[in-house]
Amino acid sequence: MQTTTSDRLTVRAEEDVVKVRQATRSLAQKTGLNLVDQTKVVTAASELARNTLVYGGGGEVLIEAISDGMRSGVRLTFEDKGPGIADIELAMKDGFTSGTGLGLGLSGAKRLANEFRIESRLGEGTTVVITKWKG
Amino acid sequence: MERIPILRMGDFLLVTIQVDMHDRVALALQDDLTNRIVKNHARGVLIDISALDIVDSFIGRTLANIASMARILDAQTVLVGMQPAVAITLVELGISLPNIRTALNVEKGVSLLRAEVENNIMERDANYDI
Ligand SMILES: Nc1ncnc2c1ncn2[C@@H]1O[C@H](COP(=O)(O)OP(=O)(O)OP(=O)(O)O)[C@@H](O)[C@H]1O
Ligand SMILES: [Mg+2]
Repeated sequence: MQTTTSDRLTVRAEEDVVKVRQATRSLAQKTGLNLVDQTKVVTAASELARNTLVYGGGGEVLIEAISDGMRSGVRLTFEDKGPGIADIELAMKDGFTSGTGLGLGLSGAKRLANEFRIESRLGEGTTVVITKWKG
Repeated sequence: MERIPILRMGDFLLVTIQVDMHDRVALALQDDLTNRIVKNHARGVLIDISALDIVDSFIGRTLANIASMARILDAQTVLVGMQPAVAITLVELGISLPNIRTALNVEKGVSLLRAEVENNIMERDANYDI
């Protein structure tokens, strides 16, 4: 796996969630994703960045253009040092929320991406990585 | 903080969302619209989202809340101009917006809104007869 471009953004306020959406859009366009796939990955980015802010207490997002020799795509890594998630299986369920949301952010982001990985440790934080491939 | 302008067109309120809203701007729009429906005795709300290139769960929830709030205040809501890519993504995300009527463009939206409002008045008159 090769990274061709990367950008690191801090998520500390609602305005930063908008910046993550814009940076993701711009890289998805450059990578050549079609409009529907751009829209899907930007929407997933918005959900995950908001989780980083609201539940993780803020954090960082790494936005990368990647290539594995066969294909190219966009990889997003959301990292926070918040409280972590006690039950990941439960958190991933459609409709589960510990707040006032719809409980669709994590499960929806997984559906919208091609690859989805989540790691979380109580008291240490949460990392979510998604990839959207071109084509 | 920026606010989304609300225009008045007779009995209707028209909102054109042109910026990528962060969450507080969306919440402020929800509050502003609710207040304006009451203040202007509006019968309908038209929300043009043709410039929005994504609708995530937060914006989706805000649009649904606006429609519910309007309904309680006896006004109808029509959403116009959703881009196809946005609609496809919204469904995959798991949001269905069951209480919102949609139209392709503002012109069609206004006709739909007129029809909805008339319908609503007729239904209400019918209920009075009982
Ligand atoms: N980064 C995180 N740190 C800690 N907990 C998290 C994090 N992300 C998600 N969670 C937990 O997982 C739950 C589900 O998240 P998800 O994004 O699916 O739904 P939501 O944020 O509650 O609602 P929605 O995203 O639909 O507005 C959250 O309510 C929260 O308890
Ligand atoms: Mg969420």
